[in-house]
Amino acid sequence: MSLADKDRIFTNLYGFQPWNLKSAQARGDWDNTKDLMSRGQDAIIEEIKASGLRGRGGAGFPTGLKWSFMPKEPRADRPSFLVINADESEPGSCKDREIIRHDPHKLIEGALIAGFAMRARAAYIYIRGEFIREAETLFAAVQEAYDAGLLGKNAAKSGYDFDVFVHRGAGAYICGEETAMIESLEGKKGQPRLKPPFPAGAGLYGCPTTVNNVESIAVVPTILRRGAPWFASFGRENNKGTKLFQISGHVNKPCVVEEEMGITFRELIDTHCGGIRGGWDNLLAVIPGGSSVPLVPAAEIMDAPMDFDGLKAVGSGLGTAAAIVMDKSTDVVQAISRISYFYKHESCGQCTPCREGTGWMWRVMERLRTGDADISEIDTLFDVTKQVEGHTICALGDAAAWPIQGLIKHFRPEIERRIRENGGALEAAE
Amino acid sequence: MADAPQIPDEAETRARWGNFAWTAENAEKAKAVIARYPAGRQRSAVMPLLDLAQRQVGAETQTQGWLPVPVIEFVAAQLDMPFMRAYEVATFYTMYNLVPVGRYHVQVCGTTPCLLRGSDDVMAACKNRGMTKGKTTPDGLFTLTEVECMGTCTNAPMVQINDDNYEDLDYDSMTRILDALAAGDAPKAGTQIAGRHTSEPEGGPTTLKEMVKANHDYRKEWEA
Amino acid sequence: MPKVTVDGVELDVPQGATVLQACEMAGKEIPRFCYHERLSIAGNCRMCLVEVAPGPPKPQASCALPTAEGQVIRTDSPMVKKAREGVMEFLLINHPLDCPICDQGGECDLQDQSVAYGRGATRYDENKRAVTEKYMGPIVKTVMTRCIQCTRCVRFAEEVAGVEDIGAIYRGENMQITSYLEHAIQSELSGNVVDLCPVGALTSKPYAFEARPWELTKTLGIDMMDAVGTNVRIDSRGRQVLRVLPRVNDDVNEEWASDKTRHHVDGLVRRRLDRPYVRKSGQMVEATWAEAFEAIKAVNAGSSVAAIAGDLVDCETMFAAKSLVNALGGTLLEGRQTGLDYDVTSLSAVNFNTTIAEAENADVILLVGTNLRWEAPLINTRVRKAVWKKGAKVFAIGPETDLTYRTEWLGDDASLVAKLPQHVTDALKGAERPMLVFGGGALSVPGVHGAGLALAKAVNAVRDGWNGYNVVHFSAARMGSLMLGYGLPRGIKDVIAAKPKLAFFLGADEVDFAALPDTFKVYVGHHGDKGAHAADVILPAAAWTEKDFTTVNTEGRVQRSEKAVFAPGDAREDWSIFRALADALGVSVGFDSFDECRAAMIAAVPALGVEGIADYGWTVPKLPAKPEARAIPSPIKDFYLTNAICRASPTMQRCSEELIHGVDFAEAAE
Repeated sequence: MSLADKDRIFTNLYGFQPWNLKSAQARGDWDNTKDLMSRGQDAIIEEIKASGLRGRGGAGFPTGLKWSFMPKEPRADRPSFLVINADESEPGSCKDREIIRHDPHKLIEGALIAGFAMRARAAYIYIRGEFIREAETLFAAVQEAYDAGLLGKNAAKSGYDFDVFVHRGAGAYICGEETAMIESLEGKKGQPRLKPPFPAGAGLYGCPTTVNNVESIAVVPTILRRGAPWFASFGRENNKGTKLFQISGHVNKPCVVEEEMGITFRELIDTHCGGIRGGWDNLLAVIPGGSSVPLVPAAEIMDAPMDFDGLKAVGSGLGTAAAIVMDKSTDVVQAISRISYFYKHESCGQCTPCREGTGWMWRVMERLRTGDADISEIDTLFDVTKQVEGHTICALGDAAAWPIQGLIKHFRPEIERRIRENGGALEAAE
Repeated sequence: MADAPQIPDEAETRARWGNFAWTAENAEKAKAVIARYPAGRQRSAVMPLLDLAQRQVGAETQTQGWLPVPVIEFVAAQLDMPFMRAYEVATFYTMYNLVPVGRYHVQVCGTTPCLLRGSDDVMAACKNRGMTKGKTTPDGLFTLTEVECMGTCTNAPMVQINDDNYEDLDYDSMTRILDALAAGDAPKAGTQIAGRHTSEPEGGPTTLKEMVKANHDYRKEWEA
Repeated sequence: MPKVTVDGVELDVPQGATVLQACEMAGKEIPRFCYHERLSIAGNCRMCLVEVAPGPPKPQASCALPTAEGQVIRTDSPMVKKAREGVMEFLLINHPLDCPICDQGGECDLQDQSVAYGRGATRYDENKRAVTEKYMGPIVKTVMTRCIQCTRCVRFAEEVAGVEDIGAIYRGENMQITSYLEHAIQSELSGNVVDLCPVGALTSKPYAFEARPWELTKTLGIDMMDAVGTNVRIDSRGRQVLRVLPRVNDDVNEEWASDKTRHHVDGLVRRRLDRPYVRKSGQMVEATWAEAFEAIKAVNAGSSVAAIAGDLVDCETMFAAKSLVNALGGTLLEGRQTGLDYDVTSLSAVNFNTTIAEAENADVILLVGTNLRWEAPLINTRVRKAVWKKGAKVFAIGPETDLTYRTEWLGDDASLVAKLPQHVTDALKGAERPMLVFGGGALSVPGVHGAGLALAKAVNAVRDGWNGYNVVHFSAARMGSLMLGYGLPRGIKDVIAAKPKLAFFLGADEVDFAALPDTFKVYVGHHGDKGAHAADVILPAAAWTEKDFTTVNTEGRVQRSEKAVFAPGDAREDWSIFRALADALGVSVGFDSFDECRAAMIAAVPALGVEGIADYGWTVPKLPAKPEARAIPSPIKDFYLTNAICRASPTMQRCSEELIHGVDFAEAAE
């Protein structure tokens, strides 16, 4: 049973209609925002907590709870900030882009409400640099909101002063990590900070800061309008709500679509993507949550529920709900090796295991791709991934390690076959 | 360090770019950018200003633009930050070109989602036009770079050329786009599949079909 | 005081201590590369991982993790062992194993820790990374392929030296440490990055391939290049000093040393006076000690004798010379070679009273006529710390220069001291710990000394528990010389007016010798510099590394230094020269050995017998307080060439040419 259109939050997801303020208002955005805000900051946070909304950027931390960490009475010399993570760079992910270019006012309205709820004085939307046209739209939409009195002094006549600024990145995946994003916003290299202190204590400019994903913020106004029970009526316990899924790779019709959390992989593909290329029997494996999560072989993913717990159960994760589908024509070792290259390219270079390990892992992966290796190197590689995982400042090290671990776990025979065919087995036997 | 760019000769770039200054229009823009950040936090503006400077260099050289060292120093000086710190920023982020590029900077995404959908063909189309990864064609028209995921995965494979994306490519459509650019035309940006609008399933959306024709207001269908 | 458990041992740690500190308190060694006590915490090398409960089920970087009540820390678990082995392996995969040709060998953290915590063999089968060379100037030699990107040098440059010239460019495995555009680092403290570098990426250029650490004899010394009194270790082999490294002394130099302190040592073996000389018919000719003494005796000076102390001399030398002058009936003793004549009746009025260590706690600072960066680099780092870490406000009067921190320059007119702008007076008055610092340039202008003391009173800079009135000297001998009575009311002008028949110049090279045309000049020193050129007799003496001595730094701290090597040739320790000369002149100085000389000195000036800060009390002399309205001069023209040893040092000459005069050596180095 597919989600009904009336229950979809991002109604202009595909941009068939204009993104501008007038059209957005006709679709229901900015509808008496003042009223939503007049419920009071704590009430808003409680409502979001009750909705069961978990962060949509990958880690899935409960959004309302995160907001509640912000100081209730910010000091004048240490204002609080909301930073919105629009640095969408996880391979497979392309949902925030659609929100920004087609429904930017949902995000901006959400920024005001969320910023108000956490008592922030301004929001910075950090949009990845490569989203050039998308940033143009976002700048224009923010300007529209200012011109209409929805932002700035007495924003939306709520009596609350709130600014929204757009900050463009310049090409660094790591800036999607919240503390790297804060560093980057401060005009530095995007190198993650040590935690503690956590951003809610000392973030942007040393002030209390919350970093939220675009989707997490953009769904807030609708949740408040329709009520927490409405949002919580979708999905399973602990995995509530609707979610933008992005399906790329070997499906007949790749797309972005908003669906209920917990929809099975099979239903998602059959309903929206026209099935797997060459049919379900041709499915090899799926990376269900963006490149950072381990791949899942066909048999295990087919009927798995697409939510946090459902994908955890098959040894992977929901991540950003970006499913990269691979059929049996895929060179799966190459597919993962290319991801390894990605992490090598995007490592900030700050801490040792990631700086040195990502390059090492990729180089071994490239040899495994052609079979130019020794069987024993598979275990060495696995051990190296374990030496990276959990030893770094941020999670990029983990993200670089997991896809390889997934590959070795599920496709070891394939890797061994290549080595054998290349003559590696002989060497090993000698 | 093979992939680290060779910073062009200092004396030469100083001679050419030592007097870099904002155009009147960009000076205004720079002011507006700095105003986005709290007083005393002007260093935050280094990224947008480097981008603005690169664009100005691009306009002056009829290319996508790059960042000669004196230009980086100009930006750093405006923001009262040490040159080294601005230089670090310029070398850390991939979108700052540290060496001159061509009229069109062809950035082919090669990450796995694009790889699965045929980015090798897109790359082949580029190579067939005489482009080499990391190099500019002798006529100064194209610079080819393989880039990492550009966040357009449901419309893979894709390429970003200067400010525009071209999506849902194959060998032929990529060739057409390059031909058009070389001829001085402006090919249609976005998806190259006829009939596809953006990221909806090819052949028409499976959801929100009312939106295709009109700006439908779903609130009427919400339960009271 | 949180209570934590380290490897089963319970202990209380101070509030705010990190897990790493807790482990050290428990006697556990925690390997580290990026962590350094005096730099900000980077947490990037990941070598200090330990297991901490409660916490996530993965090892934690102990350098950055605060301790908390009830924490259970393990440094000896399998998880920790594996984590260290892993990090060590990563650090080594791209590190060239060129230890046999690396100057860091034998004192390399990477070597030591790989032996202690490494796996023993590598599993890395790929090509190693090579990094292009980076030029960092005349002091720092780079082999960047060895770099492990710990960023200590970057943090030092930014935080301590205040010169943001070093950075890490590019990212990921391409990340490279470099000076800006590979130009020389513009800092007088650049040599410290060599000590900080845990591997052989940054090594000492002048010391390159000179020696292995285990060949060196280590002697504890006190640096004489400026009046900070940097605690150093003199590393020598045979008769040669090969390098000087700072020792830790939190009250003085922390663990830093200026480039001059470190690298003047190659001047110690050049232009040395290694035998006596006597001027005959205008020419200096080699002589025996007896001939030299005979020539002095022949002057028949009677009591018309003076002694002028140079900047590098120690207390025992000055005492010995003084003893001889006094024994001959003379009283003309002066140490201010260049003509300074500030009042010396109160030592507290010419002392750095705040103390070097406390300077970093000042909150409003007024610098008058001092380029602290050159006159006392390691006091400048304290002021920088006050500004950078604690937000102190700095005003300055004098020739404008970059002191590495935000400074409000008020102008260079000396008369400003008596009529400060209102906002400056207000700031000083409102300060909790105001600090006034007067440099050599300031004291050269009549009236500034008195005006400064008046200002100290006006803004209440001297109060209970805080003395904010300071004079900063750049002559290592200064405070000792004043304690020993080397100070005439009108300075060296009194000497000139007295037209002494005989004068001893104790390593004094900066005197206007032409003003003493009729004086028979005996130069007692170690370098053939200006003083030796002007001399009638040269008596070769020992440089500071060649004798035991006592010295007093600008804050009145009495410190002792030990003899590392023997003076070259016929050169003798200074005290013995005066002892022997006394015999030749038929008088008695009252000591027959160094120990007796020192004992006599302490008997005369008891404060010199107690190591530590001498108590000068606080007395304010009555002085004219109307400074002349004129520009305050800069007393130091070239940081690298301030004395005879530096001027003989090829390294210092090169630093001067490159860093002061802008000669480009980068090209030639390739």
